[in-house]
Formats: sequence, structure tokens, C-alpha cells
Amino acid sequence: MSGLLILIPAAVGLGALALATFLWAVRSGQYDDLDGAGQRILLDDDMP
Amino acid sequence: MSLASAVAPPNLQAGNTDLGEFARAGTAGQAILVLAVPDAYCATCIDSIEHSLRDVPGVVTARVNLSRRHVRVEYVANLDPVALVGAVTRAGYRTYPVDQDHVDGDPAFRDLLRATAVAGFAAGNIMLFSVSIWAGADEPTRNLFHWISALIALPAILYAGQPFFRSAFSALRAGRTNMDVPISIGVTLTTALSLFETITSGEHAYFDASTMLLFFLLVGRSLDHMMRVKARSSVENLARLSPRGAHAILADGSLAFVRLAEIEPGMTLLLRAGDRVPVDCRVLSGEGPVDMAVVTGESMPLAAGPNVDLPAGAMNLSVALTVTALRKSDDSFLSRMQTLMEAAENTRTAYRRIADRAARLYAPVIHVTAAATFIGWVMLGAGWHAALLNAVAVLIITCPCALALAVPIVHVIASGLLFENGIVMRDGSALERLAAVKRVAFDKTGTLTMGNVSFVAQELGDPGILDLAAGIAARSGHPLAVALAQASSHPIPFEGDVEEHPGMGIAATNAQGTWRLGSAAFCGAGMVAASDDNSRIWLAAAGDVIGCFKFADAVRTDARETVADLERLGLPVEILSGDQLGPVLAVAAATGIEKYSAALGPEGKQRILEAGSRDGQPYLMVGDGINDAPALRSAHVSVAPSSATDIGRAAADFILTNQRLNGVPLLVTVARRADVLVRQNLAISVAYNALVLPLAITGHVTPLVAALAMSSSSILVVLNAMRLRLGAKRNRPLSNQDRKVLS
Repeated sequence: MSGLLILIPAAVGLGALALATFLWAVRSGQYDDLDGAGQRILLDDDMP
Repeated sequence: MSLASAVAPPNLQAGNTDLGEFARAGTAGQAILVLAVPDAYCATCIDSIEHSLRDVPGVVTARVNLSRRHVRVEYVANLDPVALVGAVTRAGYRTYPVDQDHVDGDPAFRDLLRATAVAGFAAGNIMLFSVSIWAGADEPTRNLFHWISALIALPAILYAGQPFFRSAFSALRAGRTNMDVPISIGVTLTTALSLFETITSGEHAYFDASTMLLFFLLVGRSLDHMMRVKARSSVENLARLSPRGAHAILADGSLAFVRLAEIEPGMTLLLRAGDRVPVDCRVLSGEGPVDMAVVTGESMPLAAGPNVDLPAGAMNLSVALTVTALRKSDDSFLSRMQTLMEAAENTRTAYRRIADRAARLYAPVIHVTAAATFIGWVMLGAGWHAALLNAVAVLIITCPCALALAVPIVHVIASGLLFENGIVMRDGSALERLAAVKRVAFDKTGTLTMGNVSFVAQELGDPGILDLAAGIAARSGHPLAVALAQASSHPIPFEGDVEEHPGMGIAATNAQGTWRLGSAAFCGAGMVAASDDNSRIWLAAAGDVIGCFKFADAVRTDARETVADLERLGLPVEILSGDQLGPVLAVAAATGIEKYSAALGPEGKQRILEAGSRDGQPYLMVGDGINDAPALRSAHVSVAPSSATDIGRAAADFILTNQRLNGVPLLVTVARRADVLVRQNLAISVAYNALVLPLAITGHVTPLVAALAMSSSSILVVLNAMRLRLGAKRNRPLSNQDRKVLS
């Protein structure tokens, strides 16, 4: 039982972390321009 | 594409629109303007547009969004936004401002995405505990796991279930039922019962089932949302073509700006070069070319002169014209188009999608079965607890998980396949509609033909003359001159003075003498009996005609092949054109189309298409111009080439992004295959439910069985949908041409 007390919070916590990261990515507009993101890799990144 | 955009981009340098109205205040004294850049498609486009904008003093940030084809500019508020438009134009792109109300993301889709993520998180974590319980956890551990599951499931279901609860509630309030009603009842009952089991230390809790159910349903819902056309009204795009007003010439000869709504019949207006015609009007004085491409689809500019009538929306290309207004703006050509389109859009919404029709049949069956199970077990004396448990199992098992995925997953895969072949799908239901079409109608100008005049042949003179003529033509902006300049691969640059005579031609002088390039009369060729309807330019040296060049609107190279392919697919093809009979006959002969109608107005096209739908012979319409827009909306399904006017593209269901027509037969093939797969998928999910239903009714469905049944049926429909892609590679009749398209 004592192992579970560590493992369960760890498992749920990791899942919650992934969820929070995804929600942050959606909110900060990272899914707004999927075509552009693919093309921007090709640009020389000399902008400020 | 309209010639106007090749000659003088229809943007705002003419100053006929107040840009300030599109700007919005940002933070710290900055303003934000969003400009559409419909032609941007690659990394270089992003780079040149952004750099060009950043070089304007006062611009803080500029960021291109390639998916939406617009650029968002933040700049210090006292900068004149015209400089921004100028910068984009200098970078070589057409641009116009966008209303920012339609720009800021798609909130509904973001909500769905968040709900999907939450449901996925909950389903995954609860499954972790459920597997331990199924593996045979002892009672204290099972109770603990049930409680943790409940803690995760309850908030997740409250949040992620909202789209379904809300839709079910509004349907019930309107006295209807939809797919969301059994979903909401199922999820709510399952969760409530599981909570009860948890509190009373029961053996079975279905938290995993209810969250997984929500997750699958939300995935289906998100896919479906991606496929639906965004609330982009083609009617609004039309309105953008009307200028905000015009310059009126007052009695004392001074100019005053009047708003569109204030223009009265009889008013005298001044149309500068680059202005759009505000209302239907008649020319009083001035002679010059007027671009009619957006209005009539006519590729040749109209030579306007006194007493010529101009429709609203046409663009004055090069010379200032004085005109008198004939009608108020409410009665003009553009507003008539808007009325036609609105009427067509209203009839379009009447289409019911296959998934909705299936849901309407399916939902009552679920409710009745679940209720019957409950009543049956109570009557058999099983006690309300066991009866409710079995009734809930029925609801979970029959919940339309696979059904919700069955249609959107096929459409997503089909749209990916079409996209690879240069076809963009703008509306998910269009594939369903396409499978039902019985006839194909093509517009002529810009669809079967290139829509641009191009050089065909030199009819007179020494072949070397072409290089000289091209050099002189390069100094003019007239569409025929532009075409001539492009005809020669080695034009001789012309150095000397050039004088343009509007409506006639250009007179040029250099060290070798004087040259004239233009109409027959202008060059002194005398009256020449034209053998056909094609346009010609003459070249004269020191008064003697030395060359003649012929131009025509060329038929697309793959038009004939496309028509043949469509007829092979069992779809008769016809031409619906606004042009005169002569040119239509020529194109019909060149493409092998036997049925044609010429000189049709927008209403005439619309009438033919609507009659087709009524007689059970729905049309697929392929067209491009503004004059086709009402027809594109009234046809059962519609396709526009990417060279179409913005209005044409907005009105169509599919857009061919390469300059090839053979996407049309490919489209029909894919749509028919997708239709078969959708029906198979619906059959699979219904059959699956029918198979497991007896287990649920008799009370043999444990949470483990429910989880297995649900996920396996969903995976099965997804795999079946994938066959669209597999089959497409192996035995598609058009594969050779598609490879050509891709190369």
C-alpha cells in the first residue's frame, strides 16, 4: 500500500502536467497556423 | 483571374476605402491592422511580406498566418496604414484589409480541443486504476481506486461533457431529440450510478466507460468541426467589392465625396483610374478600358465611351471617366447578386447530413431499449438496483461512439487525399452531396478556358517583328500589350519615347523612326474583315503596317480529357455561359461537349441548376466569376479553380489549387468511394451494437466488456476509413494523371 501512495500521485501528476502543457499550447496560439509553422523552418532566423 | 489584378492590383492605393475603419487599437498607443494576402503560400512569401512590413518605420511586429492567408501588423498609432498596404504591394502581393471580428481564431474549436484533452486525460488515468481493479484488487484497494477515479471523473465529465449537455438541453427544450440526448442521459446515469456504487462499496463502477465515451465522442466532434465550413459568408465578400462612395461633380464643378447610400440617380460622378464603379451608371465623357471580368466573366476589357452603360463592381482601368448614376445602390448589379446569393444560401441549409439522418432513427431505438430493459428486469423481480445497472449497461453499449466517428473520419481522410491532389474541401457535407450528382455544368470563361487573353499567332510580317513588338508592348499596361510582351522569349528592349492613346494603341519614337502599335484604324491598316471573333494588334513602322498579332482566350489543355473522364463516370457535361453563342460553340467543339447554353445571365444559370435539383438530376457546377457565384451556391455542389474571383472561391465547396481541371473527375471518384465507406461504417457500428446488445440486456456487461466493445468498434471504423487511402493508391482509374498533377 505504501508504494501506491507515491505511485498514484506521481502517475496522476504526470498526466496533469501533460494536460496543462497542451492547454497552454492551445491558449498561446501554437495551433493557429500549422501551415506557417511548417514553412517557417525554412527561413533563416535573423530576425529579432 | 481578372485582368485587373494583372494590370493594376485592385487594392487600396486609389484611396477609395477608409483603412482606418479596419484598424483596431492595441496596447500602449499601438494599433493593429489585419491584411489578407490571398496569394501567399510559401516560406519566401512569409519572409518577403514580413520584411517589407518591418522596413516601414513605425511597424512594431508583422506576422503572417499562412493557414488563414493574412498578416497581422502592430504599428504605432500615428502611422498612416496606407503605407502598410503599400509595403505588401511592393513585396509583390495583392492585399486588402480584413474585418478583425472574423479573424480571432475559432473559439468553438478551441473549446472542443480543450474538452477533448481533458476527457483524454481523465480516461487515460482512470483506465490505469480500472485495469488494477479488473486484475483483481482486494476490496480496500478497489474502494480506494473507485474514489480516486470518481475524483478525476466528476470534474472532467462536468467540463468535457458541456458540448453534449448544452446541445441536448436545447434540443429537448425545442421538443426534438438528437444524438446528444442519449449521450447525455447515458453519461449522466452512468456517472450517477457509479458514484452510488462507490459510496456503497459496490463491485462495479463505470467511470472509465463514461470518460472514454466522452473522449471518443469529442474526437469525432472535433474532426467533424474541422470539416465544417467556417462561418465565412460569401455575401460579405461581395459587399467588399462595392466602394464606400464616389466623387460627385457638383453644379459649380467642384468635387465632393458622397457615400454609397447617398448616390441618387442623375448624379454626375467622376471615376478615377483604379476606381470601382459604385452604382450602375452611364458614361458621359471620357474613353477608356473598363475591366468587366468580375461582373460578366468577360476577359476582354470593355472599351467604354459616351453612352456606354457600366454595371456596379466593374473597374475603371486607366482613364478618368465622367458618368451619370442610373440607379440607387440598392438596385445595382452588386446588390442584385447579393439578394440572389442570400436566397440560394437559404435553400442550401435545408440539406440534412447522413450522420444526422442516422441519429434521428437511432436515438429513439436506444431510449426504448434501455427503458424496456429496466422495466423487464423490475418485472422479473430483479430489484431496482440490478435493473438500473443493466439499463445503464445498455445505454453505454449502444452509445453511438463508433457512429459519431463513422462519418467524420472518412471525410478527414478524404480531404487529406484530395488536398494532396491539389483540391481543397471547404465543407464536409459537400462530399456527401457530390456522391449524388447526376450532371456536370461548366462555366466557359476562366473555367474551361484560361480566362486570360494570350498570344496565339502572328498573322502578318517577318517573324523577327515579334521581338520588336514585344519590346514596345512592354511599355504599356493594356491587357493585350501585356500578353504580347510575354509572347516573345527575347523581346528587344525599346528605348525611346512612348505615348499612350487610350482605346487605340501606343505611339513610340526612337532612333530608328516612329512606331505605332494598336488597333487597325490606329495603325492605318484600313478596314480589315475579321474572319473570327479574336482580337488583333497591328504594328506600323513610319505609317506602314508591318505586323499583325492574334490573341485568344485559350482552352485549358486538359479540358477535353476531363470532359471525357466525366462522361465515362456517367456524368453528362454541359456548358452554361454568359458569353455569346459564337465563342461558346468554339469551346464546345474544342472540348467535345455536346450540350451548351449561351448568353445566360446569373438568374438563367440559377434557374437551370435549380430545375436540375427539382427533377432529381442534381448538378455539379464548375465556375469562377462573380456572375457564377449565385449559380455556385444553387448547384447541388460546386467547384472553383483557384484563379476564380474571391467571391467565386468563397461560394464554392471545392477549390482546385492547381491550374488543372482533371481534379474534377478525381473528386467525383473519391466522393463516391467515401460515400460507400461512410455507409459501410454506419453499418459496422450498428451491427456491432446489435451484437453486444443482448449481452447488455441480459446483464452480462461488466465494465471490462463495455470498455473492450467501445474501443474495438471505434478502432474498426477508423481502420475501415483508412481503406479510402489504400484503395486509392492501388486501383484508382485516374492514377496516371494524378501523378502528372503532382509532378
